[in-house]
Amino acid sequence: MQALTSKAKPVGRKPMTFWEKLYIPAIAKGMAITFKHIFRKKPTINYPEKTRPFSPVFRGVQVLNRDEEGRERCTACGLCAVACPAEAITMEAAERLPGEENLYREEKYAVKYEINMLRCIFCGLCEEACPKDAVYLSETMVPSNYNRKTFVYSKQELLIPNPLTDPEAFAKAKGARPEKTL
Amino acid sequence: MAEEKKMIKVTVDNITIEVEPGTSILNAARKIGGDVAPPAMCYYSTLKGSGGKCRTCLVEVAAGSTADPRPMPKLVASCRTNVMDGMIVKNITSEKVLDARKGVVEFLLINHPLDCPICDQAGECSLQDLSFEHGAESTRYEFKRRTFEKHDIGPYIQLHMTRCILCYRCVYVADQLTQKREHGILDRGDHSEIATYIHKALENQFIGNVIDVCPVGALTDKTFRFKNRVWFLKPLDAHRSCPHCSGKVTIWNRGEEVYRVTARKDAWGEVKDFICNECRFEKKKTSDWTIEGPTLISRHSVISAGHYVGTVKPQEVMPEVMDGREPKLLMDIHSVSEVNRPEIDLSKIEGPAHSSDFKQDHFHFNPKVNP
Repeated sequence: MQALTSKAKPVGRKPMTFWEKLYIPAIAKGMAITFKHIFRKKPTINYPEKTRPFSPVFRGVQVLNRDEEGRERCTACGLCAVACPAEAITMEAAERLPGEENLYREEKYAVKYEINMLRCIFCGLCEEACPKDAVYLSETMVPSNYNRKTFVYSKQELLIPNPLTDPEAFAKAKGARPEKTL
Repeated sequence: MAEEKKMIKVTVDNITIEVEPGTSILNAARKIGGDVAPPAMCYYSTLKGSGGKCRTCLVEVAAGSTADPRPMPKLVASCRTNVMDGMIVKNITSEKVLDARKGVVEFLLINHPLDCPICDQAGECSLQDLSFEHGAESTRYEFKRRTFEKHDIGPYIQLHMTRCILCYRCVYVADQLTQKREHGILDRGDHSEIATYIHKALENQFIGNVIDVCPVGALTDKTFRFKNRVWFLKPLDAHRSCPHCSGKVTIWNRGEEVYRVTARKDAWGEVKDFICNECRFEKKKTSDWTIEGPTLISRHSVISAGHYVGTVKPQEVMPEVMDGREPKLLMDIHSVSEVNRPEIDLSKIEGPAHSSDFKQDHFHFNPKVNP
């Protein structure tokens, strides 16, 4: 019969010699490997006190972005929702009233915007579809919870802090993400 | 019996067809159908006198006729040029035409604001399709686009003059469908704009049709404004007995809510049966309409995204296995989600929704804070 791979090792069936029956060399060999690892650098880290750096392509929880004047960028165009393969995104739009120009960037805005994190597969297609750089996937994981109801994220959870009133929180939430060229 | 008309032969992109004398090249090409038909932004077959303005339907005439087989010196507007016997027309087979069309699209887009994310026409916009198929990837225009003072033209129709490409279709609709035209194109050149003379409202019974004929989002339905995107709605053919019009419409539903009513459009995006304002703006209940069935939407249109045709649902076996008990839902989405509340009918709000419409808290408790 032809071998499927070249990596198969034939199993030795011959009886053990006296030296092998003592097991001592095998035990010593095994313990040597064990003790060698004691002196190595530990690969584990104390999460969540310490975190590992994320890969630049890591896709975490979505963030609704604001522009440099603190206005919401989202115009509820629905492209993220139509691009979403898991159909996790829903929204309702409204027209900006006079006097709300400092809150919303465009004439139309998302008055409600929800992402169902139980459905989201973190594919990043919403970020790719967004024409306004309004939604992007951050370097934060979705926190776990015992309750399903907490996983429907509304604007309250998704919106980035305002850069004018809370610049520190904004910078922290924004991280090292470069501006998307539109 | 009618007299047999002499048919003339015309060849469009190497496809020969016999048409009646007096047919335009565009209509001859449309008879062949498919990609051969040139796109048209201003020509509208049901409106007399339309066409010749947008220049997107330019074609090359390689041979004028059998009698005079010289080619025409310049590209001609196919909506305004009638066929001759033995005419040879090149549309998509001509490099010249494709290049010219790309230039025309660039010119149409020079002053067009790229606000498709906001525009209600997005998804069914002729200019969007045209620039997707024929346009350049980015603009070379560096100057300020023209802007206009905003005019309110009544409770039903929203005018966005910045988006207008001056196709004159709405002017022809008002001329040919209504008794008295109240709006038109004012000023000249770069300043020309669609407006009523000194702030009037468009109130004719059939004026709503300007929304359907507008190839861009310059004239949109105010009762539908910002309510939803067309691709989240389900178009259904429906009719009702209307004393003013044929009553044959397409209603755009989401669940039971009728978000929008439009006239039915044919394969070329043209309306044959114009509908009245009452059908279009007043009848926003599913019970007002007799539904005939889903409207046929091209598979390539974004409107058909997420609409699954001919799906077979597997038989529900849970109650059978569980001795007739229904499975317990772990979470009803309406108990958490604030979007698409079943008790709020967004389509019933007059005009676009505002922040004031969402002020009232419909929740007695917030399930996220207090589960």
